[in-house]
Amino acid sequence: MPFTPEMAERRFGYGLSPQIVPPSSVAQMLSGLQGADVMAQAYPIPGFRHIQEQIVYVRRFSRYARKNPETEAGQAAEQKAKLARRALFHDRQRWTVAALQRRIGTPHAFRERLIAFWADHFTARGKSGLLRAAAPAYLEEALRPHVSGKFVDLLRACVTHPLMLHYLDQNTSAGPNSRAAQRPDRQRGLNENLAREVLELHTLGVGGPYTQNDVHELAKLLTGLAGTRDYSFKFRRNMAEPGAETVLGRSYDGPPGLAPIHAVLTDLALHPATAAHIARKLAVHFVSDTPPPDLIEDLQETYLGSGGDLMTCYAALLHHPASWTTHAPNIRPPDEFVGAALRAMAVKPEMMEALRPAQIRRLLLTPMRLMGQAWQQPAGPDGWPEDDGAWITPQGIAARLDWAVNTPAQLRPDLPDPRNFVHDALGPNPPADVVFAASAAETRADAIGLVLCAPAFQRR
Amino acid sequence: MTHAPLSRRQMLTRSGLIGCSLAASPLWTPLSLANAPWQGRLVVIILRGGMDGLDVVRPTGDPAFAALRPTLAKGDAPLDLDGYFALHPALRDLMPLWHREELGFVHAVSTPYRDKRSHFDGQDLLEAGTQVLAGAGRDGWLNRLMQFLPQVEAETAYGIGQEPLTLLDGAAPVANWTPDAALHLSPQALRLAEQIMKSDPQMYAALMEAQLLSGAQPGAGSGKKGPAHIEIAKFAGDRLRGPARIAAFSLNGWDTHRAQARTLPRSLGQLSDVILTLKQDLGASVWG
Repeated sequence: MPFTPEMAERRFGYGLSPQIVPPSSVAQMLSGLQGADVMAQAYPIPGFRHIQEQIVYVRRFSRYARKNPETEAGQAAEQKAKLARRALFHDRQRWTVAALQRRIGTPHAFRERLIAFWADHFTARGKSGLLRAAAPAYLEEALRPHVSGKFVDLLRACVTHPLMLHYLDQNTSAGPNSRAAQRPDRQRGLNENLAREVLELHTLGVGGPYTQNDVHELAKLLTGLAGTRDYSFKFRRNMAEPGAETVLGRSYDGPPGLAPIHAVLTDLALHPATAAHIARKLAVHFVSDTPPPDLIEDLQETYLGSGGDLMTCYAALLHHPASWTTHAPNIRPPDEFVGAALRAMAVKPEMMEALRPAQIRRLLLTPMRLMGQAWQQPAGPDGWPEDDGAWITPQGIAARLDWAVNTPAQLRPDLPDPRNFVHDALGPNPPADVVFAASAAETRADAIGLVLCAPAFQRR
Repeated sequence: MTHAPLSRRQMLTRSGLIGCSLAASPLWTPLSLANAPWQGRLVVIILRGGMDGLDVVRPTGDPAFAALRPTLAKGDAPLDLDGYFALHPALRDLMPLWHREELGFVHAVSTPYRDKRSHFDGQDLLEAGTQVLAGAGRDGWLNRLMQFLPQVEAETAYGIGQEPLTLLDGAAPVANWTPDAALHLSPQALRLAEQIMKSDPQMYAALMEAQLLSGAQPGAGSGKKGPAHIEIAKFAGDRLRGPARIAAFSLNGWDTHRAQARTLPRSLGQLSDVILTLKQDLGASVWG
């Protein structure tokens, strides 16, 4: 099987680093997924509780300030709220840096790639107020611990997380016959958003064997999933639809609570259409926009045979020859490209940590936005496009070139010698035209930029 | 300029389906332009998310309406259009266009799509302009339209944003750009970039177009920028004053699942700004 360390890093990681030894085998790549989460410890990102604490804090001081606008104490309270808000959004940017540092420094890059993959699959964003800073916390606690376990656990953790419930409007969904819906003073109706996306995006896929009726029934089944005012999870019995619901021909009954919800999620997780959907997504994301059918079939059978065990699926992916031989490599989306570029340049932790919010925006966030990807802010719950055509546009390429030529010197003032950098970035056998360009460029910055924009670096 | 009033049926059979929405729109919305040998301008604005048409153009003359939409009827009074329909108050700035017969609405139009109510499939179908979504390699109706027209020119067909609109996908060439991007590279660096990308046709084509568009752009990288939707409208207006005849772009944020009374006015305000900016930028000679 044509495994090479360089390809392992490139296709299943964030590319080569001059400071990190690439994996020497598939077995090593897999065991890296199950060891201690070294990167999370080295570059910590807090969980959701931190966000909740800030929300409570800001709310308390804002309320006091609103009620006592003219007093000194009121104005001091307003100031406290303002500072806390600003601090949280600064933290948000520091967590972006932490995520990039994990990609720069990790010896187990496959884990970081998988997290990016599942984060896209289970997209959730804060739509208002301080929740707009919450995505990293959600990823840290709902997603990261589950990417190497069973799919059903990952599904359950993400779908019932307070941020997901907020993002897909589940918090206000009340069953038509629930107690909450009977109240004349407040309009409360069924919201199908979460149910639809669970079926369409998270499990069966849009081609799956479900109907609008299933969406409706699942939405009724999910009522009760909600949060408190502070976005802690709380099952709200008064919003839950009484009675049984039938989803995909199976009836889910029992007293309102989490048990029937867990049951339906388990059944969905093990459905053959889910296996097909997940298999296809993995193949498309890691290998090619048009993956060989036998790769998808292999992944699908493995998923079903193992009861949705993700480690077994990853092993099947890495052991399949097509994963290594297919020559229709995908373009790296902007966040992956930037991560790989920083990794190839071995940007120092001290440099990343010293970046101020304005610099993070100017050097990292705005360029990615121009490349077509606002960091962790896809437009919809279906996440970012896989199709290369979505990224390889005149604007996208121009933005990548601009960034690659103009930014590295600001993150690594002592730019490496381009003749060495070609190998740092592209391994022992870089294409001849890239080697030529690296030495023919007028400036070091140009040379580094050209290497980073070479198709051999842009695609993996 | 006055026109004989168009019946809804006539409008639909003449212009085909009026498309809407594509999934996953980025912040800088895609804008696509094409040349053609006629004087009229076609601007297609895709409202991503699915706009609630009943709330924007309200059939207040229908006795059932008030009972079916009790909460949305609250708030500022809608603006009467023709005694039966009334316009959402957030679009009040467009009323002068209505009075000058420059503005019309085609109400209660839909594709046959009823199935799973997927935002994304529904929107893709509208842009494809077909009964069902074929699968790989679908193209958009606007591109097919361009293919049927003689003298639709290649070099000024372009889109603004990160991804092409499916609307404009197909054999007729369309490109992507944003007013904010420009290639800041030395000529030598650009030459070398061309060389290394030559082996990758997809990337090479994008690079060549980027150079073209970067050169063609007025006031590239100049001064202060306004809100994104205004910038897109200004850019479109500017190109349409020139050789371009067709423009298509999208506006986000129409998926109002809850608190519509609060969120829809914002989006309607943006739409209103865009239409008025286009009218202003195109000028009397083009707008008519």
